[in-house]
Amino acid sequence: MPVLKIPTPLRYYTEGQAEVSIEGADVGAAMRDLVRQHPALEQHLYNGSGELRAFVNLFLGEHNIKDLQGMETPLQAEDTLRLIPSIAGGHRR
Amino acid sequence: MSIELTHEEILRYSRHLLIPEVGLEGQEKLKASSVLVIGTGGLGSPVALYLAAAGIGRIGLVDYDVVDASNLQRQVIHGTARVGTLKVESARERMLDLNPDIQVDTYNEPFTSENAMRIAAEYDVLVDGTDNFPTRYLTNDVCVFLGKPNVYGSIFRFDGQASVFYAREGPCYRCLFPEPPPPGLVPSCAEGGVLGVLPGTIGTIQATEAVKLLLGIGSPLIGQLLLYNALDMEFEFVKLKKNPNCRVCGPNPDITEPIDYEQFCGVPGHDGDEGSAGADWDITAPELAKRLKHDHLKLLDVREPHELAISNLPGEVNIPLGTLAARLSELDSAEEMVVFCKAGTRSTRALELLVSAGFKKVKNLKGGINAWARDVDPNLPVY
Repeated sequence: MPVLKIPTPLRYYTEGQAEVSIEGADVGAAMRDLVRQHPALEQHLYNGSGELRAFVNLFLGEHNIKDLQGMETPLQAEDTLRLIPSIAGGHRR
Repeated sequence: MSIELTHEEILRYSRHLLIPEVGLEGQEKLKASSVLVIGTGGLGSPVALYLAAAGIGRIGLVDYDVVDASNLQRQVIHGTARVGTLKVESARERMLDLNPDIQVDTYNEPFTSENAMRIAAEYDVLVDGTDNFPTRYLTNDVCVFLGKPNVYGSIFRFDGQASVFYAREGPCYRCLFPEPPPPGLVPSCAEGGVLGVLPGTIGTIQATEAVKLLLGIGSPLIGQLLLYNALDMEFEFVKLKKNPNCRVCGPNPDITEPIDYEQFCGVPGHDGDEGSAGADWDITAPELAKRLKHDHLKLLDVREPHELAISNLPGEVNIPLGTLAARLSELDSAEEMVVFCKAGTRSTRALELLVSAGFKKVKNLKGGINAWARDVDPNLPVY
C-alpha cells in the first residue's frame, strides 16, 4: 500500500503519526482515503471547492505531482507520497 | 576597501587559499562581495558567523528585535551578557571580534515593503533567516524584482528546509508556495518548539550556498528543495520547477513591486497584539484571578499534554488544540469558559473554533499562562 509521509506541523492532525498507509489507484483517491482516516486534516488540506490548498505540495518521489498528472497521477503499492507544507520558523505567528 | 589581500588576511584565510576552487582569486572575490542577512535569530546566527569568518567583505544585518534569554538555546551569535540589547548590535560585535577586516552594516528596523528594495539593492545575495510568512514573501519578491538569489531556510521542531530561489535560473519561493497557509494552521516555533541545533544545521547550509554562489562554484540548490529531519537524520531532496503561472517570476506577472504582505498572509509580520483575541474576547490574568475568587469558570488548556509539566492551573481541563474540533462534545456550551495556552496564540485559534461551533460564553486568557505567571502567580515559570 502506498505510504504518505506527514510533515511535523501536520502531525497534530494525525495523532502524531509520521507515516500513514493510504489506499487508492491514484493520488486523488489516496488523499481521499487519508482524509477519511484523519478527518481533522480535511479543512487544512482542502479549500471550500474541494481542491488542495495552494500552500500544500504533494511530491511523489522527488517530483511534484503538479509536474506529473496532478491528482490523477497513478500510484503503485511501493510508492511514497510526501506532503511538503510551508513552514515559517521563528517565534511570531 | 582594497580587494587585494593583506599579509594578515592571507594568513587568516590560508585554509581557503589552499583549496583550488577558492584560491587567492576566490578569496578576493569574497572580499569584494556582499550579503544581506534578514534576521539575526536561529538561522541568522550561524549564517552571519560563518560569512564573517569566511571573509565576505560586507555583511548587512536586518532585525529590530532585542536578545531574549529564551533565544540563547539556539541563537549562538548572542550571549548571556547581551540579553536585552539589540540583536543587530550584539551580532555585529561578535562578527567583528571574529573578523575585524569585514564591514558589518546594521539595519535595526523591520524589513518592510517601504525599505526592502532600497536595502536589498546594495547586496549581491540575500539570505532568508526570517521567522514569519510576510517577511518570507517580501524577501522572495524583492529578490525576483532585483534579480538576486534568495538563500532560503526554514525550521520547525526537528524539520528543516533549504533551497536557493533564483528566478533568473530557476523557481522562486512563490513557484512552490503561491499562497501562505491560513493563519494558525502552521504552529510557530514559540508554540511548537524547535531543537536548538536545528537552525545550526540549516543556517550552515545556507551559509555554504551563499559562499558557493558568490564564488560561482559547485551546484547550488537552485531547483531543489532540501528536506532535513534531525530525528531520523534524513537528508532528502525534491525537484522544484518554475511555475508558469507564478505571479512574480512567471512570464505574465501581476505582482511587479512589493505589496502589503501582512494583508496577503493574514498575519502581522512584525509585532502585533500577540496573545489577544480582541478586546471583546479577552480576559487578563488579574481579571481572571479576581473572577475565580467568586465564580466557577471552566479553565480549558489547549496546550500539548507535555507542557502541563512546566506549568498548569488548578482544576484545568486539557484538550490540545489539534484535537479540539473532534472533542467538542466533551464541553458544555452553557458553562462559562476561559481558554488558555502558553502565550495566547493557540487559545485565540481555539476560541475562534469554539465560537464558530456556537459557544458564546468563552473568553481568551490574554497572554496565556505566561501572563498568569508574570502577573498573578510568580511561583509559576515563564517559558
